[in-house]
Amino acid sequence: MKPAAFTYHRAHDVADAVGLLTDLAAAGEDPKIIAGGQSLMPMMTFRLARPSALVDLGPLRRVPAMTAIREEAGALTLGALVTHHAVETATLPAGFAVLARAMRWVGHLPIRSRGTVAGSLVHGDATAEWCLLALLLDAVVVAEGPGGRREIPADELFHGFYATAVEPDEVVVEVRFTRPAPHAALTEFARRHGDFAIVDAAVALDLDGDRVTGGRVVLGGVAPAPVRVPEAEAVLAAGGDAGDDALVAAVADAAATAIDPPDDPQTTATYRRRLTRTLVADACRQAAREPQR
Amino acid sequence: MTTTDLPDHSVPHEAADPDRPVHGGHEHSPDEPRFDGRRGRWVGASVPRREDPRLLTGRGRFVDDIALPGMLHAGFVRATVAHAHLTALDLSATRAVPGVVAAFDAADLALGDIVAILDRPAEEFTPTAMPVLARSKVRFVGEPLALVVASDPYAVEDGIEAAQVSYDVLDAVTSAEGALAAGAAVVHEEAPDNVLLDVSMFDTPGVDEAFADADVTVEVTTRSGRQNALPLETRGAVAAWDARDDQLLVQTCTQVPHQVRTVLARSLGIPERTVRVTVPDMGGGFGQKCVVGREEIAVAAAARRLDRPVKWIEDRREALTAGFLAREQTYRTRAAFDADGHITALDVDVVCDMGAYSCYPFTAGIEPLMASAEMPSVYRVPAYRVRGRAITSTKAPTAPYRGVSRPQYVMAIERVMERAARALDLDPVEVRRRNVITEFPYTGINGVTYDPGTYRESLDLAEATIREEGWYEARERGRQDGGRHLGIGFCCFSERTGYGSEAFAKRKMTVVPGFDISEIRMDTTGSVVVTSGTMNHGQSHETTFAQIVADRLGLDPEHVKLRQGDTERISYGWGTFASRSVTIGGSAVALASERLGELLCRIAAHLLETRPENVALDGDGGVVQLDDPSRRLPFADIADVAHLRAHLLPKDVDPTLTATASFDVPGDGTFSNATHAVVVEADPGTGQVRILRYVCVEDCGVVVHPQVVEGQCRGGIAQGIAGALFEEVTYDAQGEPSAASFIDYLVPTATEIPDVSIAHLETPCAFTANGAKGAGEGGTIGAPAAVLNAVNDALRHTGVELDTTPIHPGTVLDALEGTS
Repeated sequence: MKPAAFTYHRAHDVADAVGLLTDLAAAGEDPKIIAGGQSLMPMMTFRLARPSALVDLGPLRRVPAMTAIREEAGALTLGALVTHHAVETATLPAGFAVLARAMRWVGHLPIRSRGTVAGSLVHGDATAEWCLLALLLDAVVVAEGPGGRREIPADELFHGFYATAVEPDEVVVEVRFTRPAPHAALTEFARRHGDFAIVDAAVALDLDGDRVTGGRVVLGGVAPAPVRVPEAEAVLAAGGDAGDDALVAAVADAAATAIDPPDDPQTTATYRRRLTRTLVADACRQAAREPQR
Repeated sequence: MTTTDLPDHSVPHEAADPDRPVHGGHEHSPDEPRFDGRRGRWVGASVPRREDPRLLTGRGRFVDDIALPGMLHAGFVRATVAHAHLTALDLSATRAVPGVVAAFDAADLALGDIVAILDRPAEEFTPTAMPVLARSKVRFVGEPLALVVASDPYAVEDGIEAAQVSYDVLDAVTSAEGALAAGAAVVHEEAPDNVLLDVSMFDTPGVDEAFADADVTVEVTTRSGRQNALPLETRGAVAAWDARDDQLLVQTCTQVPHQVRTVLARSLGIPERTVRVTVPDMGGGFGQKCVVGREEIAVAAAARRLDRPVKWIEDRREALTAGFLAREQTYRTRAAFDADGHITALDVDVVCDMGAYSCYPFTAGIEPLMASAEMPSVYRVPAYRVRGRAITSTKAPTAPYRGVSRPQYVMAIERVMERAARALDLDPVEVRRRNVITEFPYTGINGVTYDPGTYRESLDLAEATIREEGWYEARERGRQDGGRHLGIGFCCFSERTGYGSEAFAKRKMTVVPGFDISEIRMDTTGSVVVTSGTMNHGQSHETTFAQIVADRLGLDPEHVKLRQGDTERISYGWGTFASRSVTIGGSAVALASERLGELLCRIAAHLLETRPENVALDGDGGVVQLDDPSRRLPFADIADVAHLRAHLLPKDVDPTLTATASFDVPGDGTFSNATHAVVVEADPGTGQVRILRYVCVEDCGVVVHPQVVEGQCRGGIAQGIAGALFEEVTYDAQGEPSAASFIDYLVPTATEIPDVSIAHLETPCAFTANGAKGAGEGGTIGAPAAVLNAVNDALRHTGVELDTTPIHPGTVLDALEGTS
């Protein structure tokens, strides 16, 4: 459990990072960005990942925009080096408070203290809370590469099984959450607190008073990448009373029926479906109670 | 996820208070009067732990903290397939890796095998050899094939990666059923049926008649998953050849330093005097370190060969896949009961999947033999038949893990009690009450004599606690409301702790542990150094043994220093396992202390010019003249004479102040006992089992240090819960283990483990020198059955009965949704 040999490079600003990635790749290296390192380092110690060069974004923490949490024009923007813990402890506008509430599910405190929002998104774990939240709140990932900056909407971000649209020579600069969700919740189930979820579910309700007019249902752990569930969202779009158990059950059933979850001896597809039903229902009920007054 | 009027985490609320003592709970203070002549001023008090200052301030020294000048690092090329003939092992690329100093395969080191033998006939036991490095065949994923030594641990792993290994792959044997099946691949040629031990220890008269006459017959097959004892400090060793001392110094974390020395010397083919094994601080062992591993031998051989210090620290992946595992056992149990709920016969078939090799010194027979010998547990069983088998498979080998087979056989018989209760429509506690041993000493159908304990009393107290706290009502409310599934489970058991030579000899091991020796020495300042052949690996021996010495000599524990874990300083010992330390080691320490006390008195009488019977230890670091208490000699004055002015000693007393004593437990040993009571709730949305209340009523005889005993209980219970609900190493059809990291091996954390209330009952042991019975393993033994019974109680309305651990939430959900 010691990493294979690699060279270490410190980036001094975003352009420097992009330049290092480009130059190292041109020299035949296989560079990889490291920010919080909470996913990358364990993979390297198991030699499941063996980049020949690391480009450390650590020095960019002194660039204010990289650690900033700011709201403008109805969107919430997180700098690429914002940590889970920074979000957990931030006072966020009601439309984005679900981000802070969801952070309790992210690993353990030491992981939350070092791990970054952008790092989690680029890592693309199918159960990662940030990946679900990106789909729930229409995140836009802003990445800078040799050709300049581009914006990647969440629904184009995840390509399945730890694969994302962010290119190896690109550096994520910020993540913008564009769809406020004041009535939203994320919940999950793992055998132990802090583990990767077996299934996690995020729900955002569009409410008109107590009346549901639509919403989002996002699941993790049921496919190679986090997914929205149109069948469940259709139930929400058909409308109903937010406190109606039948509506909640219908949404949960629709989600559980629509998915084709992985099946393995430890955790069967059947069990994942049942968890989905339970967690979607639970997320619906919690979402209807938000924002708490 | 639940919607009733019951509070969320505890029912009723006050019950969750961990400080709330259970009835019978007993606070000890140093000023309390003597308990039975064995407890004194210090024994029985939770004095501050002697180990704490260094351990809590990061000044402990563990194997990985040791760095020697010129030290190299080592690691192992390990098998990547479960079962194969090794067709080629090419280390030339390894040796070319920058930083690699040497690479050795089995032929290079030419070490003797590790062989553990039972003195049993061939039809009962088949000896097998565990090579230090695999030679021609590999038998599990992770088996060491070659040793790579390099300048740093990174280069070691590079070297391991560069090794070229070719296999002629054979079928894996991944279950006991598979091992026993016709045409199964053969793991060891010596055992073509894959059976290493097959002993029918008992077939007493009347078994078949009892079943024929039974009013109720209960049949249950219980299974427990393969676990890792998981000391947080993984295994490791630093070995160095000392040319001046003509000695190999091996610093390693082992529970059995002398046994490691013996195997090392024999494997290397050198005299034992040329091997010194020392043990620094240890971060747990739990049995995984009470057997001799192959890695430390290979590392020692490399250090000798290279004439450089070599360090090996097992990493977590190795620890999870290639370390000694434990527990995977199946019990097919039949029990006959009469209409009154009395058990009339027990018929058990025990199959233990011991993995690829027999461990030293216990052999693969340890689990089925212990189960066979002790299966009747705390109950009066009039007729008993048992067959015990140890099966070999292509999985990592096993070592006795805290509790050994007791968590499993207790689970089997406790499930029998629960099922009998249902069949007879009796309360499960009542069925136990009707069968539990109440008169002592009791000689069971298994020929074992049980010394006095509180089997019935612990059961009554545990049940009363649960009842008085309102959990039965809470369970019924939950059932009536339909939303909550609470269950109450019990486990009543005893645990043989003082395994002396006589008891171990009955297992027919050719290496028979049992006794312990202690040497005590007082220096010129009146301060004491005492040795023990036991081996502290987290049990606070430095504190508890000092308490025992302090009471016997009448001095402050601060003046007592315990020495363990050094084969040069300790003449001989069997280390620490089987809850033997305070019972056997503590007794030896007590007896040695008494002898030193007698010596001090004898010298003092001479110096005071009075008769020996006219002096006594004064309990305050001196000897007093009984008929004139104004005449007193502090120990330092006596010690001064004994060392520096020996001409003043009585003519027949040798200079210096030393005494030695050995202790061995006679006969069948002593039995600690306990009852555990658990309240669980099964979540209908996820199938998750949450523990709402855990009560342990235990009796380990005289409690030397209540906090330490409670720590042992709580830690053991945590490991028992781990086995009941979380941890399991599974293997796929190719023999690949599932768990290579803590992502897959679900060791529970503080979040998953509940508070535990502990009550002490005290039945002093009549034949240990300090009245203590062992306290190391009980928690682990009781928890799996108690939790499993509670879960079954929560599922009672579903008709489903679960008899396998760990309990997966999916299984619980199946039961609750009626889809099992």
